[in-house]
Amino acid sequence: MSMTLTLAVLLPFLGAAGVAWGSRLGRPTAILLALLVVLMPAILILSLLDPLVAGETHLEHFAWLPAAGLNIAFRLDGLGLLFAGLILGIGALVILYARYYLAAEDNLGRLYAYLLLFMGAMLGVVLSENLIQMLMFWELTSLSSFLLIGYWRQREDARTGARMALAVTGAGGLALLGGILLLGRMTGSYDLSIVLASGDLIRAHPLYVPTLLLILLGIFTKSAQFPFHFWLPHAMAAPTPVSSYLHSATMVKAGVFLLARLFPALAGTWEWNHLVAGFGMLTLITGAVIALFQHDLKGLLAYSTISHLGLITVLFGIGTPLAAVAGIFHIINHATFKAGLFMAAGIIDHETGTRDMRRINGLWRAMPYTGTLAMVAASAMAGVPLFNGFLSKEMFFGEAVGVANAMALGWLLPVAATLAGAFAVAYSLRFVHDVFFNGEPVDLPRHPHEPPRWMRVPVEILVVICLLVGMLPALTVEPILHLAVSAVLQGPPPVHDLAIWHGFSPAVLMSILAMSGGVIIYSVRKPIYGWWDTQGGRVDFRRAYERLLQGLLTLAGRVTLWLDQGSMPRLLRLFVAVALILGLAGWWGSGSPLTGPLTLLPLDAVSLSTGLALVLAAIATLVWHRQRFTALILVGAVGLMVALVFAKFSAPDLALTQLSVEVVTVILLLLALFFLPQTTPEDPPSPRRWGDAVLAVLAGLGMSILTWAILTRPYESIAGFFLERSVPGGGGRNVVNVILVDFRGFDTLGEITVLALAGLAIFALLDKLRLSGQRVAGPATAWHWDRHPLIVASLVRLLLPLALLVAVFILMRGHNLPGGGFIAGLITAIALIMLYLANGVAWTHARLPDKTHPVIGAGLLLATLTGLASLLFGHPFLTSTFGHVHWPLVGEFEVASAMLFDLGVWLVVVGSTLLILIHLGLMSDASRDGLAPGTPVRGSGAGRSAGDSPPGPGC
Amino acid sequence: MEILLSLAIGVLTACGVYLLLRAQTFPVVLGLTLLSYAVNLFLFASGRLVEGRPPIIAAGQTGYADPLPQALVLTAIVIGFAMTAFVIMLALKARAELGSDEVDAQGEPHGDPTGEERP
Repeated sequence: MSMTLTLAVLLPFLGAAGVAWGSRLGRPTAILLALLVVLMPAILILSLLDPLVAGETHLEHFAWLPAAGLNIAFRLDGLGLLFAGLILGIGALVILYARYYLAAEDNLGRLYAYLLLFMGAMLGVVLSENLIQMLMFWELTSLSSFLLIGYWRQREDARTGARMALAVTGAGGLALLGGILLLGRMTGSYDLSIVLASGDLIRAHPLYVPTLLLILLGIFTKSAQFPFHFWLPHAMAAPTPVSSYLHSATMVKAGVFLLARLFPALAGTWEWNHLVAGFGMLTLITGAVIALFQHDLKGLLAYSTISHLGLITVLFGIGTPLAAVAGIFHIINHATFKAGLFMAAGIIDHETGTRDMRRINGLWRAMPYTGTLAMVAASAMAGVPLFNGFLSKEMFFGEAVGVANAMALGWLLPVAATLAGAFAVAYSLRFVHDVFFNGEPVDLPRHPHEPPRWMRVPVEILVVICLLVGMLPALTVEPILHLAVSAVLQGPPPVHDLAIWHGFSPAVLMSILAMSGGVIIYSVRKPIYGWWDTQGGRVDFRRAYERLLQGLLTLAGRVTLWLDQGSMPRLLRLFVAVALILGLAGWWGSGSPLTGPLTLLPLDAVSLSTGLALVLAAIATLVWHRQRFTALILVGAVGLMVALVFAKFSAPDLALTQLSVEVVTVILLLLALFFLPQTTPEDPPSPRRWGDAVLAVLAGLGMSILTWAILTRPYESIAGFFLERSVPGGGGRNVVNVILVDFRGFDTLGEITVLALAGLAIFALLDKLRLSGQRVAGPATAWHWDRHPLIVASLVRLLLPLALLVAVFILMRGHNLPGGGFIAGLITAIALIMLYLANGVAWTHARLPDKTHPVIGAGLLLATLTGLASLLFGHPFLTSTFGHVHWPLVGEFEVASAMLFDLGVWLVVVGSTLLILIHLGLMSDASRDGLAPGTPVRGSGAGRSAGDSPPGPGC
Repeated sequence: MEILLSLAIGVLTACGVYLLLRAQTFPVVLGLTLLSYAVNLFLFASGRLVEGRPPIIAAGQTGYADPLPQALVLTAIVIGFAMTAFVIMLALKARAELGSDEVDAQGEPHGDPTGEERP
């Protein structure tokens, strides 16, 4: 299968990393690498050109989650080709330009890496066949634009602008996701080919309006349409190459791209026409008017961009095929002249050190060449004949006149179009006249002169395109326009004539009105500026946005504060209470009886006494919980009873695990108790305490009832599968163990990872922790009478090999009989800890490695490798195999690869348990020694002999 | 038998919850331990009570206890230990940093109990 497009989209992502790395070799290397990264996708895409011209849509499909309709799928049609051309072409120019724009101290490699990331994301948007995949790239453009706007991270306005752009476009992306999901539900597919072919179905669907609204929210936020336009001017804090690329040619076009893309699926309804054209018109006017009053060069261009995006939106909103042609055409034209203008503005900023048009005046003498380029581009922006902007603007005027007769209130559109056209002429005039003429420069930070040769080249190229398209449209732009429009309309484009003069029509009249109107507005600009400075900015959407954001934050803060007042018991009370209420509500609603039909097991005397012992030990723990040592022993007793319960009800593995964990837990708590107060202060009876008691009793009652209800009901289990497949499939008779290491081996891998992480985290917590233990007043304290009783010390040393042998035995037999890695690991850990307890930490420490990290690592590695090995044989991860070998003396012996996995489990359990206990023990040892503060705690006792080593606490 | 186990789980839960709501760290750890016993038993009980038929395949044996909840609880016991250990270390850390074993101890760190100056 062809991977050409997939590769073309992925290359910039890979290239971004390469360029970031390669930029350390100097700026020339960086720029060469970056241009290479742009060139390769271009070549790949061009290689697909022939079938495209023949009218085929190139598709690439890779199954990902086919059940959910999610596939990696790319498509190349005329629209995608046009946008890919804009993205790569202007991208290359911007890369060239940025090299001269950025100051020497700015990191060019970082900018290139971000730009290429953005380029990849943008290519992904325009070349995606799957809509969900397109949305992912869409969000990636938001993210990379966040990085680009905030490129100068030390500047506050850059950070604010980046955050605002991300918040607005991100929120829009969320809405878009909703819209796409709805589209997928209507059509049963996320593939564009299917969605585009289901236009009638979508438009007739009851969910059409919500879908349209959600998708339009995504589009309007991205393309800075009214009332979401406010983020774009703030994004001007980005370096100018970025503005030139993202905020004129590409990212803001992603919104109108989607309008064009989904045009066959969504357009043609009353809602579409009114919403899209309506908001487009508002944007058109708002942007054009505000642009005139910007004193910042880039601010003017930003609002002008908003206005032009509005123009394109209006065209798609009108919805006729000819309007779509004009829309696509204007996308091309605007991208070229606006990118050129931004670059010119960047040159001016670069040369003069400011962007304030009240200070930059009369640059014509210093920069006639740049001035000429800027004038050509500005003329295109104003819609002057012979420049490309004129052609699409004429088509727009023509379409607007058509609407006047077709819709109620349709006359508004030509009026608005003419007005916006007049303002466009006025602000274009201002851009040229204020900057290059209009008196002398005022107090410029730098002395301006023409920029370096290669900084002008990108502008020259763009300006030449403006002129060529403006004068010879049929020869230059027609082929690509034809392809793109066919893709937008999913059919042959309407008859259109890209000529400069069509004869006298209303559109020409509107053009003349706009031209003269613009000149008049500019000539009376002084009083209007004054009026704007007092009246303007009254309706400030940015402030509304900030207030909304602040409100949301305050609300979130209040909710958090209401739930969490910094008190854990309070939060836990809330938690238990809510769980009780939910449980009760669930049971109440079900109306089912408490007791199920299952026959009960008879009660025998041993079980009764065990159960009662368990209950009594638990209650005793509660009663004596203030005497902490006593309570600890009682908790241990409860644990032992629990182990008995497991043993009684056919769970030998659980009984063994519980038994060994109990020992380790009690030792751990004893060690910890050494550092904590020995008693809990009296808590006098209070309403709160009574409340806790009631809550606890209710919780207990709830659990009792729930358990009872479950135990008395029959159930369906998938146990049969495991029981049947255990021996033939897993090669083991102990089904619990086979589940752990084979059937659900992936879960177990996750669990031992958690265990390893817990061990390491505890190690990190203990690091540099200074705690003082119990002050030993005299030789005999409650903690010990004899440091290390000789008999115990000797016996444990003798028993150690035996204990380890038992552990190995338990590990080996685990696959067929009760045992396995978890239990063997705990037994091993206990055997070693006994050594510490009986002989002292220092004695043992001198003989055993103190770091068990490698053991943990080895265990995880072994378990993972065992799983990976199955991949070598072409089976899925963690597939097990087994066979029988004949050992001399032992006889027939079964070996399963899962046993290796179990060995990994064993290593992790031993390593983590020892890591936790030994280091806590070492710490208590050090504190008992009364080390001076600041002395490293760990490893302090390593050199001493057994005789003088102080005891660990407790045993 | 079922009523006995239900009762035991209930008592363990009640004692666990009450201790969990105490103000000092050590009772909270004890409560957590009791509660995890209760939860493990409860999970185990979802496989129903079966006597004398462990899920170890043997010739001639008919019917086995459900191995699935057992496998679940086995790892739960071990993870429960890791969690208890982690909580107790947090308690120690809190005591070292805040000089108190109150669960809700707050405010500026004022040195550890030895009165040693902290950086």
